[in-house]
Amino acid sequence: MGRFILRRVGVMLLTALCLTFIVFFLTNLYPNLEKMAKTEGNMRMSDAEVESYLNNNGYLQPVLVKYGQWLGVLPGYVIEGTDGKVRAKCAASDVPIEEAPAFCGVLQGNWGYSNRLKKDVDEVIGEKLALTGMLMFWVMLLMVPSALILGVLAGMREGSKLDRTLSTFSIGTTATPEYVSGVLFIAVFASSAVGLKWFKGTATSAMDNITFENFFLPVLTIAVYGMGYIARMTRASMAEVMTSQYIRTARLKGVSFPNIVMKHALRNALIAPFTVIMLQFPWLLNGVVIVETLFNYKGFGWALVLAAGNNDIELLLGISVVSVVVVLVTQLISDIGYVYLNPRISVS
Amino acid sequence: MDPLSWSGIFLQMVQQFAAPLIAVAVTFAISIVFKRRLGLYGKLFDSVIGMIGLALVLFWVFTAFFAGALDMVGTHDPLDQSAMMKKALPGEPYTKLIGEPDPDAGAHYLLGGDNLGRDVFSRVVDGSIKVMLIAPFATIFAFMVGITLGLPAGYYGGRFDTVLSFLANLVLAFPVILLFYLLVTPEIKETLIPRIMAGTLFLFPIVFLTVLWNSRFRTQAAKRNLYVGITLVVGTWVYLGIAWDADPTGIISFPPNLLVVFVSVVFVNAPTVFRIVRGLALDIKTRDYVAAAQTRGEGPWYIMLWEILPNARGPLLVDFCLRIGYTTILLGTLGFFGLGLESESADWGKMIIDGRRLLSANILHIAIPPALALLSLVLGLNFLADGLREESLRD
Amino acid sequence: MSKLQAHDGPILEIDNLSISFFTRLREIPAVMDFSVSVQPGEAVGLVGESGCGKSTVALGVMQDLGVNGRVVGGTIRFKGRDLSQMSAEELRDIRGNEIAMIYQEPMASLNPAMKIGKQLIEVPMIHEGIGEKEAWQRALDVVRDVKLPDPERILKSFPHQLSGGQQQRIVIAMALMSKPSLLILDEPTTALDVTVEAAVVELVKDLGKKYGTSMLFISHNLGLVLETCDRICVMYSGEAVETGSIRDVFDKMRHPYTQALFRSIPLPGANKNARPLVAIPGNFPLPHERPQGCNFGPRCDYFEEGRCNRAEGIPMEPVLGNERHASRCLRFEEIDWNAPIKASVTTEAPEKGEVVLKIDNLKKYYEVAANALFGKGGDTKVVKANETLSFEARESETLAIVGESGCGKSTFAKVLMGLETATDGQILLDNRNIEGTRIEKRDTKTVADVQMVFQNPFDTLNPSMTVGRQITRALEVFGVGKNDAERRAELMRLLDLVKLPREFADRMPRQLSGGQKQRVGIARAFAGGARIVVADEPVSALDVSVQAAVTDLLMEIQREKKTTLLFISHDLSIVRYLSDRVMVMYLGHVVELGTTEQVFAPPYHPYTEALLSAVPIADTSVEKKHIVLEGDVPSAMNPPSGCPFQTRCRWKSQVPAGLCEIEVPPMRTLDDGHQLKCHLAEVKLAEMEPVIKVAAE
Repeated sequence: MGRFILRRVGVMLLTALCLTFIVFFLTNLYPNLEKMAKTEGNMRMSDAEVESYLNNNGYLQPVLVKYGQWLGVLPGYVIEGTDGKVRAKCAASDVPIEEAPAFCGVLQGNWGYSNRLKKDVDEVIGEKLALTGMLMFWVMLLMVPSALILGVLAGMREGSKLDRTLSTFSIGTTATPEYVSGVLFIAVFASSAVGLKWFKGTATSAMDNITFENFFLPVLTIAVYGMGYIARMTRASMAEVMTSQYIRTARLKGVSFPNIVMKHALRNALIAPFTVIMLQFPWLLNGVVIVETLFNYKGFGWALVLAAGNNDIELLLGISVVSVVVVLVTQLISDIGYVYLNPRISVS
Repeated sequence: MDPLSWSGIFLQMVQQFAAPLIAVAVTFAISIVFKRRLGLYGKLFDSVIGMIGLALVLFWVFTAFFAGALDMVGTHDPLDQSAMMKKALPGEPYTKLIGEPDPDAGAHYLLGGDNLGRDVFSRVVDGSIKVMLIAPFATIFAFMVGITLGLPAGYYGGRFDTVLSFLANLVLAFPVILLFYLLVTPEIKETLIPRIMAGTLFLFPIVFLTVLWNSRFRTQAAKRNLYVGITLVVGTWVYLGIAWDADPTGIISFPPNLLVVFVSVVFVNAPTVFRIVRGLALDIKTRDYVAAAQTRGEGPWYIMLWEILPNARGPLLVDFCLRIGYTTILLGTLGFFGLGLESESADWGKMIIDGRRLLSANILHIAIPPALALLSLVLGLNFLADGLREESLRD
Repeated sequence: MSKLQAHDGPILEIDNLSISFFTRLREIPAVMDFSVSVQPGEAVGLVGESGCGKSTVALGVMQDLGVNGRVVGGTIRFKGRDLSQMSAEELRDIRGNEIAMIYQEPMASLNPAMKIGKQLIEVPMIHEGIGEKEAWQRALDVVRDVKLPDPERILKSFPHQLSGGQQQRIVIAMALMSKPSLLILDEPTTALDVTVEAAVVELVKDLGKKYGTSMLFISHNLGLVLETCDRICVMYSGEAVETGSIRDVFDKMRHPYTQALFRSIPLPGANKNARPLVAIPGNFPLPHERPQGCNFGPRCDYFEEGRCNRAEGIPMEPVLGNERHASRCLRFEEIDWNAPIKASVTTEAPEKGEVVLKIDNLKKYYEVAANALFGKGGDTKVVKANETLSFEARESETLAIVGESGCGKSTFAKVLMGLETATDGQILLDNRNIEGTRIEKRDTKTVADVQMVFQNPFDTLNPSMTVGRQITRALEVFGVGKNDAERRAELMRLLDLVKLPREFADRMPRQLSGGQKQRVGIARAFAGGARIVVADEPVSALDVSVQAAVTDLLMEIQREKKTTLLFISHDLSIVRYLSDRVMVMYLGHVVELGTTEQVFAPPYHPYTEALLSAVPIADTSVEKKHIVLEGDVPSAMNPPSGCPFQTRCRWKSQVPAGLCEIEVPPMRTLDDGHQLKCHLAEVKLAEMEPVIKVAAE
């Protein structure tokens, strides 16, 4: 088992390296840098001014070198600019260059500085992650149990009326992306045009104080889209288990139907959906981005849109590292969990 | 002129949709009559869910066709603005204040006007054209890529499989929105990246078809040369036009704006298709008929394309329908974040986010119609997939 | 919850039962007018080909016909009570408690995520309301009864940790937990190896006696029924056609189908040249295409126009002078049941030609990861799939390769076909070495010369290509015919050769029956004029009546084309019938090689002896010695030291100094080239008695 986890962690690190490099490469394309220079300086900079700005700040080094510096495996640049001023990556504004450390990358805990939010990236990410974590927590709490119940109820008697109704419902929810369901929910439950006004149409106030009123709609919006998918997986798995020979054996042993479902079918039927739930995370992240935009909840997804829209390179890199790590860690958990759930795979 | 009542709006809309509705009805009538002779497609008419799905999908296909090719269905020019009609309610009579009056314009804004005074109804109809142009084709390309790589990965296994699977997982671990934000930006069009990606991805269909013919007719040189020749000539021509905008005859070209969107969508979908195909190939390669092909000395590509692939068609077809739906959702997402399109054009996702801002002002008619349009199309595709899955499982 | 009170009459009484399945298009009758009764302590066999409705009867008794199935007529009485009148509650009390069922696939019948013990104790806990401790004690006793070692450990393990044979014993134990009065066994041993099957059958018989349980034994294998049952009921296409005691039905059959069935199975004494099998002509009718009158009519030798196909059904009539023997035939009193078989055509045994294939010290080793899941980089193990294989095969000769699963026969086929390369040794085809040449490197002629017929008819043809296209493709690849027209003509010739109608060329495989698919497979193998054909269990998945026809077809083509046939099989009856020489394999080793007469007569290799004893023979005049092997075939990943068979050998004690555990025995040649891989001394070998004795008639 140890070797297995080690291998997976190795693959995970490699994946994370590859992905961050891709992000790094794409954000550091010259047109992007040019745009950034203009937003930092002024919009009417000449090409030469842009170039000298980029050069002075170390942006014109080879991309691999820059990546190494960002990671912290190469020493940070020290560049004498065209204006004669010497700038170093690792020197904070109040520290003289000579005293600055040689390395200052992610490995040294230095995630960089968000140009847009005027804050350190790790600070931004920590704050935003907490907000989004709250959102995700409630989403999972709502989505997973209801999806499993839906799936088990539908798959327990395949082809029955209950099955048809629930399956159609889950197909419906998978066909409703967050930006559609969110808009519909707001229109129906939050606007005075319909008149229900049960909930609030924005979740901005939930950043300080979560209430049912301001938080239920965003949570529901994310949960609904993911729920159908998990429910359908659970249903398929449950239906397959229910037609299997050992369920017939149990039935012909005289086990009652509720006991067949609870004792014999459930554990076998939940093995497959478990993996699916864990692999939902990249999807949920999408949902988070859309919903945070839709409901104006300034969390992780909102920060992603902000960073990407304004080419806030270091913030964007930080965000992608975190999201990639989240995705990979859940994949790892799903693999390990699968092994534990499924007695047929021996770990020894 | 008086505003239309809700029933009036409804009647008028049915009238506008007459052409696609009739087309759907005719298709259904013909199909039901001959359903026993139409194989899997015919069996779809035994399943209620499948029929509903097919009807919804056909409705939008025909709407896009009649609107795009014959300029029917819509009542106004989707880009035409009118200062008087800003945020106009559904059914309000049309008044033109800016620019040239549209001679063909209808009497009312059936679903009201948006915040720039454009006709919501016509824009929703117009939005279907773009979806129908991109979603199915992007999905086909994603399938070509996924199949061409997934078959050998599953069939050979080993190192090749390890590397490809790693790459596929790499793409899949990327949050899609982040990828879109990085790939579909105005800045990236200035670089060679979209061209290179297009150049790589669009090679796959040519490779796929060439290998397909070559393996099939390897024993009959004349036929093989004919088929492979045609594929290569036509393929290269189209390829140069689409991917590199270098068609020597100048007939084929692809707007760079759309190209980026198209390529990104293919890029996001291909790894999933790859994984499905790989899994199917792993399963089917253990069958005796594959062993029989091996023992008569068939080449690996013949076995993959003619022995394995046809027998994987059931699950692939189902996934194809689902994936078109997913692609539609992705296109909406792109629009939602305002990525990769001209600011004016009618795009369902863009319309939804524009309308969202007015929801708090109690104006629902701008956001709801595109939302329902997208929902009904994706729902139709999912129902269709479910019907296909159920019916193909039945034999 | 108590059992039903004691009842005097039969345990199970089925009267004129009819069961139908309802689909979207039509009602499909699966069982019609079926009657049988099971007395206390009696074992009744239900025999028939697949699709005849025998399993449906079992499910009908359990009242578990699913959503589409329904009893449309007749009654099923259990201890005098009509099962169809019972409430769901009452049925639940009976299931597992009074009637228990055992199925074909032991692995599938056990819940993979539940420990064995829990699955066992559940039964008495539900039905008798006893505590967990008491139930556990009971489980230990029953597991000991089914002769499993170390019951405590077994109860605490998961199903996947046991072997197939052990799993089936657990399923049997589970059925016996509440001491039911009726046990229904639905093909309980089909998924098991022959030697394991023999042990399980033995066990079922003993336990039936010990617990006094009545049994309904469903099988397609007449031999198995002969060994286990007191009475038999033969079914054909949804109807019982003949019932009676084993003796009556086996020796004094009174229905043409029963007779045809017996004539089409290879019993000792049948021989491909002198006494060939008689195949039943035609095909099993589909449930919705049954003929009018007698279902067997169209395939029957005694068919009489206007009478056998009359509009009303044919009733079951008692056979005079024997009250519990009945037949569903209008003519059974007129037919001369002792008339000799007239249809059979005897042929001369063909001359054997040159040696075309010579295998010399062939070895095939695989390296596999020790741990399949976390593979690669971990420890690897060497699996010795083939260990020093040497033999020759001549033109027109049939060489049978016999062995149970994991004996290496399929690996050998792969190496011969060029799908794998040999680790060591040589394969000489016409004195050319081919053991190291993969199939891509072989020239068309070599590939066309060595072809294969596969086991599973449902898997052998590509389901999405017409029959014609698949054969034509083989013709194209082998370079037969210059253009499409010539190939079309050749395709028709091939269809004629395998006796299929020419219009089959345009059919899809799903429109064909299993036997027809297998014929297409044979046609495909012979497309390039194959000289050596490897037939990997070509008939084992087919129904008995079809088996004979396909076997005969293979023999006929072989005779005509002078083909060398390598016939891989685990079924010794058919091997004895058709092969000239036999090679017995066990765990990658050839343990015995000789002519059919030599292998089927003493001295045997101990494994051959056990195999012979294990094969059920459907002939009441045959006396068999019972040799039951302990345990299962060891895994090829972990073979025993010394002689591969030593863990299960009953002669091991006769070899001095534990030689069997230390050293792999050398191949010894006895008289006339009979080869044996055994340490037993000549004297001991000479003492061996024949396993099968045909009683003098």
